[in-house]
Amino acid sequence: MYPLGVAFGLLVMQAGLPWWVAPALSIAGFAGSLELLLIGMMVAMTPLATVALTTLLVNFRHVFYAFSFPLSIVKNPLAKFYSLYALIDEAYAVTAASRETWTPWRLLSMQLAFQCYWVFGGLTGVAIAALTPGHIEGLEFALCALFITLTLDAARTRQQVPSIVLAGLSFTFALIVSPDQALFVALVMFLLLLLVRFGLDRRRTRKVSTDA
Amino acid sequence: MPDTGYILVILATVFVITFALRAVPFAALKALRDSTLVKVLSVWMPVGILGILAASTLRGTIIADPPSASLAVVAVITTAATHLLGGRRTLLSVGVGTLTYVVLVNVFQWAWLLRRSSGPRSWPFLCIR
Repeated sequence: MYPLGVAFGLLVMQAGLPWWVAPALSIAGFAGSLELLLIGMMVAMTPLATVALTTLLVNFRHVFYAFSFPLSIVKNPLAKFYSLYALIDEAYAVTAASRETWTPWRLLSMQLAFQCYWVFGGLTGVAIAALTPGHIEGLEFALCALFITLTLDAARTRQQVPSIVLAGLSFTFALIVSPDQALFVALVMFLLLLLVRFGLDRRRTRKVSTDA
Repeated sequence: MPDTGYILVILATVFVITFALRAVPFAALKALRDSTLVKVLSVWMPVGILGILAASTLRGTIIADPPSASLAVVAVITTAATHLLGGRRTLLSVGVGTLTYVVLVNVFQWAWLLRRSSGPRSWPFLCIR
């Protein structure tokens, strides 16, 4: 996490944003990939609705973490608040992968450590950018590279092919219909297509069950 | 360039939505667990959203520097190949991919500047224009 935090800090500075945006984003919206995405969105003065929808959809995966994250062991309300707030992918992954029993203290210190890595990584990046003159042309590609690897990790089974096709259709459609708001339109379109797919799927299974 | 007010509004929006997405499911755990739509979306959504973001950020890179579009494509292929052949180590793949793009862009920019500054004598075809 720390190296990615450094890259995040560097990118904030390269984008020409004030340095405090790096720690402020890491505290307000503690969610790595979204923060990286927000740098570009802020510079482009993206409308609030697009930012809100992107945040909602990019972070939607967190909804599913509730099913198995051991929040119930945390009793103190303040601690509970922090644990919820800092329920990032990495924290979820650690609890999902470990078989040990969690104590509130261990859970919280794990989450706090993650946030420290991320915030201080960002500050390190800011410091490096402040100390080195000039800017590195092309560094912003890191974000694209990150999403490529995340997509490849999410697309491991053949079951995912329909979603990839629908996403491709949505993005192409958005590029043609509204190139200025392509991301927003593509995300809405993708969600709509998934709902249609869900409806068709249900109808088919209902038909199969009545036929049988 | 965005002003402080805009940045603060964005920060507040992102905080509220992200926190709600993490907190609300714990309150509505039972309803969510029983919902087939939520279950299905959890399988269908991530790959598509991430794919759209990958395409969108690639488009952003290309729009920022249109002459480097082919270099960006090379970097995309390098990133994907590193990820699939290098054991899916995110940091390695992102590092190699970004380095590829940074090096390519800078080398080509440098070569272009050199060609321009060297004048018409060494580049006869420029005289035609």
